[in-house]
Amino acid sequence: MPEIIEKSLSYAESVNAALARALEERPETLLFGEDVAIPGGVFGVTKGLRRKFGDRVFDTPISESAILGGAVGSAMFGRRPIVEIMWADFALVAFDQIVNQAANVRYVSRGAVAAPLTVRTQQGNAPGACAQHSQSLEALFAHIPGIRVCMPTTNQDAYDLLLSSIWSDDPTIVIENRTLYHGAKQPVRIGGPVQEVGGVGLRRSGSDLTLVTWGAMQRRALAAAERAAAEGIDVEVIDARWIRPLDLDSILASVQRTGRLLVVHEAHTTGGVGAEVVSRVVESGVPLSSPPVRVGALETRIPAAVQLAARVLPGDEDILGAIRRVAHDVPAGRVEAMPVGAR
Amino acid sequence: MSTETLLASLEVMHRIRATEETISRLRLSEDIVGSVHLCNGQEAIYTGAVRALDLSRDAVFPTYRGHGWAIACGVPPEAVLAELLGRESGISGGRGGSAYFTAPTYGMYGENSIVGAGAPIACGAALAGRFDGSGRVALASFGEGAMNQGAVHEAMNFAAAMTLPVIFLVENNTYSELTPTRNVVRNDQFFRRASAYGMAGVRFDGNDPDAVREAVADAVERCRSGVGPVLLEAMTQRIVGHYIGDVQHYRPAGELDAAIAAEPIGRAERMARAAGVGDQELAALRQRVADEVDRAAAAALAAPLADPATVEEHVYA
Ligand SMILES: Cc1ncc(C[n+]2csc(CCOP(=O)(O)OP(=O)(O)O)c2C)c(N)n1
Ligand SMILES: [Mg+2]
Repeated sequence: MPEIIEKSLSYAESVNAALARALEERPETLLFGEDVAIPGGVFGVTKGLRRKFGDRVFDTPISESAILGGAVGSAMFGRRPIVEIMWADFALVAFDQIVNQAANVRYVSRGAVAAPLTVRTQQGNAPGACAQHSQSLEALFAHIPGIRVCMPTTNQDAYDLLLSSIWSDDPTIVIENRTLYHGAKQPVRIGGPVQEVGGVGLRRSGSDLTLVTWGAMQRRALAAAERAAAEGIDVEVIDARWIRPLDLDSILASVQRTGRLLVVHEAHTTGGVGAEVVSRVVESGVPLSSPPVRVGALETRIPAAVQLAARVLPGDEDILGAIRRVAHDVPAGRVEAMPVGAR
Repeated sequence: MSTETLLASLEVMHRIRATEETISRLRLSEDIVGSVHLCNGQEAIYTGAVRALDLSRDAVFPTYRGHGWAIACGVPPEAVLAELLGRESGISGGRGGSAYFTAPTYGMYGENSIVGAGAPIACGAALAGRFDGSGRVALASFGEGAMNQGAVHEAMNFAAAMTLPVIFLVENNTYSELTPTRNVVRNDQFFRRASAYGMAGVRFDGNDPDAVREAVADAVERCRSGVGPVLLEAMTQRIVGHYIGDVQHYRPAGELDAAIAAEPIGRAERMARAAGVGDQELAALRQRVADEVDRAAAAALAAPLADPATVEEHVYA
């Protein structure tokens, strides 16, 4: 195990560092996908890995079924493939390989064979992106028993969660976000033990309300939490970075203290993972002082024009409004009428 | 080919190029945001193909690199620019943007940002034509990289097995984004795959609008006469990056220069000169189209933004 050192890295560089470590330490790893090898990735994330690790890193045709199926098959035969699906939207052309194939390998063989593969992808809207390049699909993946799903947002998590996924003996989907790749550098601890899958990240401690979020949306959630603080609402922000397995215990421990729950995600509300979080909390019987609320994208397709997409996706104002609603226990639609700071 | 036809093609190619250059400018000034794929260098394909189609009944299914298809199908540059600018007057009211706009009233049934996804849909359009008596031919156009997508294989066999009037038109610019497509196939003569499906396959110069027109016209005739689908491979090069800002470090030295020397507009102008058209006339044509596109850009920029209050419309019937 390499010694822990701290480096200042961007999100993309953190992913790259994790991939380099995996390729270095585990000779059974492979890295493949469209444009990942010689070009170094369309977002520059896999830069330099082909030069360093040779044939274990290679470019593929635009053939997602073959990429994912190739991962399943090579994983069954002792390799530990890490494949890239450039956009989560493109996984849909090959969803079979994840849902009907990867998820069943261990089960149907009663553990005689496994599919320890990692799919790196990225999702969500970025300004100007069209409906086929903007979706947040974590609920589709997380619905499937046998599949693990995580969504790293900090640079440290980009490193840690990817390594946990690669080290995991189950098929794991790592959902990144292209708007994070080339953001600010942060100090990232490289090396050290690889963590087990699971767990949440505490992004802000607070006593009045538990806000559960994940993915890039948490930047907006944190901004809204700061604004709420100015109004006297102390929000605890939890990054449920592992969607499956979901760390319910950590979420419940927080809700136990605050008595209030808000879930914020970029994905559509209907059938979203927020529905799962709310149901689990309600089912647990933990006492709530107000009805839990979900904030997600409107139930429409995602338009390309920036001002249209801004209406569809949750914004700071929507989140702040929902914080006030949960904190003050006001019915939907009356949020604006509440005097600032009223309890 | 008559000089008149050559100049008519040249005008369409100028209109496409001028629109693309305007888009590039507006993208760099950030009036347009997000990813944009230009078709500079590939204009002859759209220009020639549309001349062989009857858009009152035929249907075109292009890809995200589709601005040129839209213009060739007759969508006014203003409606294309307004779409990319998120204006109400955009061809899809700002919903589609650069990579997913659709202009069904012009016979252009949608760009597609999922590689290869238009091919099976074109089969369906052709299938409908079997029952509606229109004699419709459906043309699915996509890059050579899309030839490695499962949906495209399925569509080709489906169309061949059912003798559907589908033209599969491969715009072979030799790159799949940043990867030379020859690196990810054993045989990069894509038209040869046609015989495996039991259909005709032809490769031709995609920088010559007349060669394209001729190939598509032959394919249309085969389709309308009930012989079934055809695979066409138009050889071309894009003379711009895959996206705006792509520095194209993956291209070997000299390749881009050679592509620029062979690009269709310069080539058509050389042919026109050889046929006796004067420089002045050629410059006037270019200027007239440039002015038209400038006016379109000004009008699109002045138009109101699409209204966010409408985002929930048109999701269901
Ligand atoms: C299913 C799917 N996989 C991957 C992509 C990402 N992608 C967009 S364009 C492109 C390259 C396509 O190459 P080609 O088909 O030759 O068309 P060209 O861009 O050269 O016109 C890729 C891989 C996508 N949009 N859809
Ligand atoms: Mg190509």
